[in-house]
Amino acid sequence: MKKYISDWTVKENTSIHAHYCLLKLVSGETFPETLPGQFVQVRVDDSSATFLRRPISIHFANTADRELWLLIQRIGKGTRKLSELKPGQKLNLIHPLGKGFSIPDTKNKRLLLIGGGVGAAPLLYLGAYLKENGFQPAFLLGARSEKDLLQSEEFGKYGDVYLATEDGSRGEKGFVTAHSLLQREKADFLYACGPKPMMLAVAKYAAQQAIPCEVSLENSMACGIGACLCCVEKTKKGNVCICTEGPVFNINQLTWPI
Amino acid sequence: MANLNIDIGKLHLKNPVLTASGTFGYGTEYADFMDLSRIGGVIVKGTTLHPREGNDYPRMAETPSGMLNAVGLQNKGVDFFISDIYPQIRDVDTNIIVNVSGSTIEDYVACAEKIGELEKIPAIELNISCPNVKQGGMAFGTTCAGASEVVKAVRKAVRKTLIVKLSPNVTDIAEIAKAVEAEGADSVSLINTLMGMAINIEMRRPVLSTVTGGLSGPCVKPVALRMVYQTSRAVKIPVIGLGGISGWQDAVEFILAGATAIQIGTYNFIDPTVSRKVGEGINAYLDRNGFRSVGELVGAMERG
Repeated sequence: MKKYISDWTVKENTSIHAHYCLLKLVSGETFPETLPGQFVQVRVDDSSATFLRRPISIHFANTADRELWLLIQRIGKGTRKLSELKPGQKLNLIHPLGKGFSIPDTKNKRLLLIGGGVGAAPLLYLGAYLKENGFQPAFLLGARSEKDLLQSEEFGKYGDVYLATEDGSRGEKGFVTAHSLLQREKADFLYACGPKPMMLAVAKYAAQQAIPCEVSLENSMACGIGACLCCVEKTKKGNVCICTEGPVFNINQLTWPI
Repeated sequence: MANLNIDIGKLHLKNPVLTASGTFGYGTEYADFMDLSRIGGVIVKGTTLHPREGNDYPRMAETPSGMLNAVGLQNKGVDFFISDIYPQIRDVDTNIIVNVSGSTIEDYVACAEKIGELEKIPAIELNISCPNVKQGGMAFGTTCAGASEVVKAVRKAVRKTLIVKLSPNVTDIAEIAKAVEAEGADSVSLINTLMGMAINIEMRRPVLSTVTGGLSGPCVKPVALRMVYQTSRAVKIPVIGLGGISGWQDAVEFILAGATAIQIGTYNFIDPTVSRKVGEGINAYLDRNGFRSVGELVGAMERG
């Protein structure tokens, strides 16, 4: 897929609880085809503290409105600056990057999308894409507490939503992998994105139950286009760049201890 | 339009802008963003005789105005380059230069000989300065004797233009440059990365899997510029300057300091089109200031 460098305009930037924001961008030029699971490289500014671009997963893409949504957790100087952007300001992106989630061949499959915290971001676009293509995805979203569960109403537009929080402030208390849904029903395909320990737990569950499973990784990177070789993941084929061979991998490709 | 042509040994460049090894892949990674024929050349990723997996993740740390890397020469080896990469890039309308690295003299020579047989590769950049491998690499580039030994052996084996990439992690880089010039190098390129490190204070451990890594980006530019200045006054062969160039102004500084050509490295990650813009910027600068050729600008610094 051809990649573009272009300036996007901030349409809305909404704070969510204390630590997150939803950034809606509108394309000035072309709006290239965008697949669920792909990401963008965001240029923050020219300051010495935010030298490299920031890789951010695509939360939602709307071709008709030429909109791209990014769900951002304020954790460092770069994400803080992004959270302070005002409508009308420009943001330079390299887009679209990476290979996305795979889409099953047959429609009657039970697809479960498991997200942890802000890591659930790419699953919204995946869910919307699956629904639009005739699937019925369900979402299992987990977080530390209620204020870290993001966009659950938005997810609800595309399928059933099951919730878990570590402190029990919303949904079932505990990790997503302990959710009763997993005891009651066995999905045909799992997609997971979130903190590494969560994805590892989901991968272990998937391996035990013999359910195919894809995970989306977020190794630190510099270029995003396969040139710097910094974002490598150890796979059964050796070290590969997650920016070009991923960020989505089938757990069978990885060398995780599952 | 000024004359931007530059010759380095038998290598002819349409303009003095090259992209640095390890920052521009094989050029194809950047083809969506810019026309590769607009730059003087692409120096492809470090290639070794045998495939290398490189170092463990994490390999990168962002630092103020720069980054540390510890890739460790990950590449699929020279035979894979010849069979799978070369056919894809041989007809690109610019100079494709291969950066050759190794752990032993024999490996350097064997790898360089294989590259030497490729018709559309006009030059080799010999990497005696990689800080991220346990054996070889920088070990050859930090003493005059080591640098001389490897350049002498490779010079005997290849007739193509030979550029030797020097390490800044030395007491006197000009002495190393003189040593490789004496063994028949056609040019020296400098600087490779500066050894550095970063620590994650929350986890109280090094950020990089290798503890130390190579620092690059705008933060190293003043050091690189000083070394290019000192080296260009010590040798007769052309010096290729690199280290933190992020725009045409930086490139003009390096040329004024004595560089015949320049390379752009880390900034390709921030702006994948920067190399094209630098070439255009140098041309406009020459026109504005009445220079007819970029050659007139090399070392043309007024004394302070």
